[in-house]
Amino acid sequence: MPMTEKTTTTNEAAALSRRMLLKAAAGGGLLLGFQVPLARAADAPAGGGAFAPNAFIRIDRLGQITLIMPQVEMGQGVYTSHAMILAEELDARFDRVAVDAAPPSDALYGNPVFGVQATGNSNSIRAFWSKLRQAGAGTRATLVQAAAAQWNVDPASCRTENGEVIDATSGQRLAYGALSDAAAKLTPPADPPLKPVAEFKLIGKPLKRLDTPAKVDGSALYGIDMMPMGVKFATLAASPVFGGKIDHVDDSAAKSIAGVRQVVVLDDLVAVVGDHMWAAKKGLSALAIVWHEGANANVDSAAVRKQIQDASNRDGVVAKQLGDAGKALSNGDRIEAQFELPFLAHAPMEPMNCTVHVRPDGCDVWVGTQVCSRAQAIAAKVTGLPLEKVFVHNQIIGGGFGRRLEVDGIEKAVRIAQKVDGPLKVVWTREEDIQHDAYRPVYYDRLEATLKDGRIDGWKHRITGSSVIARWLPPGFRNGIDGDAVDSAVDIPYDIPNLRVEYVRDEPPAVPTGFWRGVGPNNNVFAIESFVDELAKKAGKDPVVFRRAMLSKVPRLKAALELAADKSGWGNPLPARTGRGVAVQVAFASFIATVAEVEVDPDGEVHVRRITSAVDTGIAVNPDTIVAQLQGGLIFGLTAALYGEITIAKGRVQQNNFNDYRMLRINQAPAIDVHLIASGEAPGGIGETGTTAAPPAVRNAIYAATGIALRRLPIDREILAGRKPA
Amino acid sequence: MAFSIQVNGKTRNIEASGDTPLLWVLRDILGLTGTKFGCGIAQCGACTVHVDGKAVRSCLLPVGSIGNRAITTIEGIGATPIGAKVQKAWLDLEVVQCGYCQPGQIMSASALLAITPNPDDSDINAAMAGNICRCGTYVRIRDAIKSAARST
Repeated sequence: MPMTEKTTTTNEAAALSRRMLLKAAAGGGLLLGFQVPLARAADAPAGGGAFAPNAFIRIDRLGQITLIMPQVEMGQGVYTSHAMILAEELDARFDRVAVDAAPPSDALYGNPVFGVQATGNSNSIRAFWSKLRQAGAGTRATLVQAAAAQWNVDPASCRTENGEVIDATSGQRLAYGALSDAAAKLTPPADPPLKPVAEFKLIGKPLKRLDTPAKVDGSALYGIDMMPMGVKFATLAASPVFGGKIDHVDDSAAKSIAGVRQVVVLDDLVAVVGDHMWAAKKGLSALAIVWHEGANANVDSAAVRKQIQDASNRDGVVAKQLGDAGKALSNGDRIEAQFELPFLAHAPMEPMNCTVHVRPDGCDVWVGTQVCSRAQAIAAKVTGLPLEKVFVHNQIIGGGFGRRLEVDGIEKAVRIAQKVDGPLKVVWTREEDIQHDAYRPVYYDRLEATLKDGRIDGWKHRITGSSVIARWLPPGFRNGIDGDAVDSAVDIPYDIPNLRVEYVRDEPPAVPTGFWRGVGPNNNVFAIESFVDELAKKAGKDPVVFRRAMLSKVPRLKAALELAADKSGWGNPLPARTGRGVAVQVAFASFIATVAEVEVDPDGEVHVRRITSAVDTGIAVNPDTIVAQLQGGLIFGLTAALYGEITIAKGRVQQNNFNDYRMLRINQAPAIDVHLIASGEAPGGIGETGTTAAPPAVRNAIYAATGIALRRLPIDREILAGRKPA
Repeated sequence: MAFSIQVNGKTRNIEASGDTPLLWVLRDILGLTGTKFGCGIAQCGACTVHVDGKAVRSCLLPVGSIGNRAITTIEGIGATPIGAKVQKAWLDLEVVQCGYCQPGQIMSASALLAITPNPDDSDINAAMAGNICRCGTYVRIRDAIKSAARST
């Protein structure tokens, strides 16, 4: 065990958290604390004699069960839902399990979909469903075998319940803890039988989240709360123009500020180190920095927009083809529309941060990351240390949304910390966070369609945009097609006999792009569902009726649409300038229909009054979490639809903070009704679905309320007020 | 400069320049990390604490201006009857997602209920609009405030 892993903290919060853990344990009935701060799963458990049959389960002699979480908790509830899956198959008492973050290891904790340790694409449940069930079932079977051997009975006569093996014949019982030593000597079965769905006791119940208690009393520790002994604090400035470099820095004024300890100047950034964040911030403001702005100093939003529009005129790579779209589109009245989305920053509430201690023989990194093994790899690369000398302590995340799929913040922090003695916490200001993101790409979608007998006959969809996948996971970019960028477009749910989907990769000038909650489907569901509403109008049909008639091959979505229409009061009369809009989607393997009801005031302001979603996501592991993710995801999507836009001038991001990069607030939040459809199908993904659903539903509601067909987000109030042409 | 401040019922002696915002005194000097940094310009409410019972954004409150007034943080709010009630409602209604903004939300909600024991929607909007939740837990925050108000 490396000494550094024993680093103590000065947090009162950490001390409180430990006390809470002890109190909970003494109380018996309460949940155990979800995480012992800075303790590692690999540490010897208090009860000794850990039975560790696989990467996910540890049982000590006292029966304490620790579940190792392969996916990071960033609010989506995965610590609880993954623990439920493991505990279900293990037949453990859920109120006695503790969970801990996995250390970096693609081999042990790699996401089966990505091949690397990554939390994203709403796939934590789907990707780990079988693996975690097998881990739980294999452990259970091994404990049964150990008990049967001790009792000298047939394992088939034994059952398990609440953390005990019970011999049905004699009624003898042994707790898992008491069996841990014997079980540790056995080899778990390769292919243990899994529970039939009908026998689930935990899965499907709306259980309380394990992480909530610490999050309401202030004891939860995020990356930004790490306080290793002797820590100093730093904040940084990177070039305001993308790709710019430092020319020179005058730090004389900064160094005279009380509490400023050091100024670190690297080729592309400068950081001020102080006794606390305030000293570092004041010091940074006192620097006189001259930048080499470089080649991007003239890039602006108009240039970005012109480039992508031009690129969208090129033929794309064909991603999907059915029938003869060319022929169908040349017969009759062809309807065309173009849809555009802007750059977006992620703006998680926890600003970017990373705490690092670089020593000659090792490096500790405390951070909340969606890519734990990549965090380790980048720190190893920067320091030149072997991987095994880099210890990444992954923390719960105060909002990821894709931002923490990138390791730029870790790379910068390690480069700065290399120049500093002792541990260093690097915290970005909100301004730095907004201006140095990996932005949701701009997209430009060209759609064409023809109608026949009130249905879509010909369809062409050309998607143009940056390929995040090509940079982030190159194997996901095949034959010129970005599988994410065309997701929810190649699998459009409607019966369309003649269809062609094309993809044009176009990287924007200067601006780095990244995954943003909703990823490819965000763009495609918006463009498709907006266009379908315009087609319904052309066909003279009600938007729900028009869609429903073309969903015969996707009954789960059709059922969701019918439920959402029913629950939203679809068709009931509404006052003037008020309308309902519908959007359906098959995204992340979930089937969702959403109705938004909005009022557009004479000034063009949009008031979202109510949103109703009907959701079929297959087996719902924790139904309350699914409802919460829909509620929150819808709000996230509303923020994007109503406000979200990053603009560029002179190579710089023009927005700074929440004053000019606005977020939806509680006074603007609509009532939200989520209706979960019971299903025995395999679980789907949920974390990003609300975000893809809200923008087209709201856009279509505005269309219904005003007759104005918006083609670009965020909504343009000048157009809605009639002061600017659509 | 040396300052004596009252935090969660205890006198704390700290060394800092008088312009240091209370947020950084709490987090970086006293290690009370429950109070969060979100924006630094009083736009998001993540840093909300109570000063003499009123909700205040600690990111813009100079420590030198506080004097003997009583500071309560998320670590201390559970010791007050209203704070305990709010925290319980947050647990009962499973409000939290990432949780990063929730200390600030709970502090704002507790200050609201201290003045307005039975808030209606417009009271809630007025008191809570300064607290951003990026995860979008607003529907449950609203319900939890009403639930806390109903509980005795």
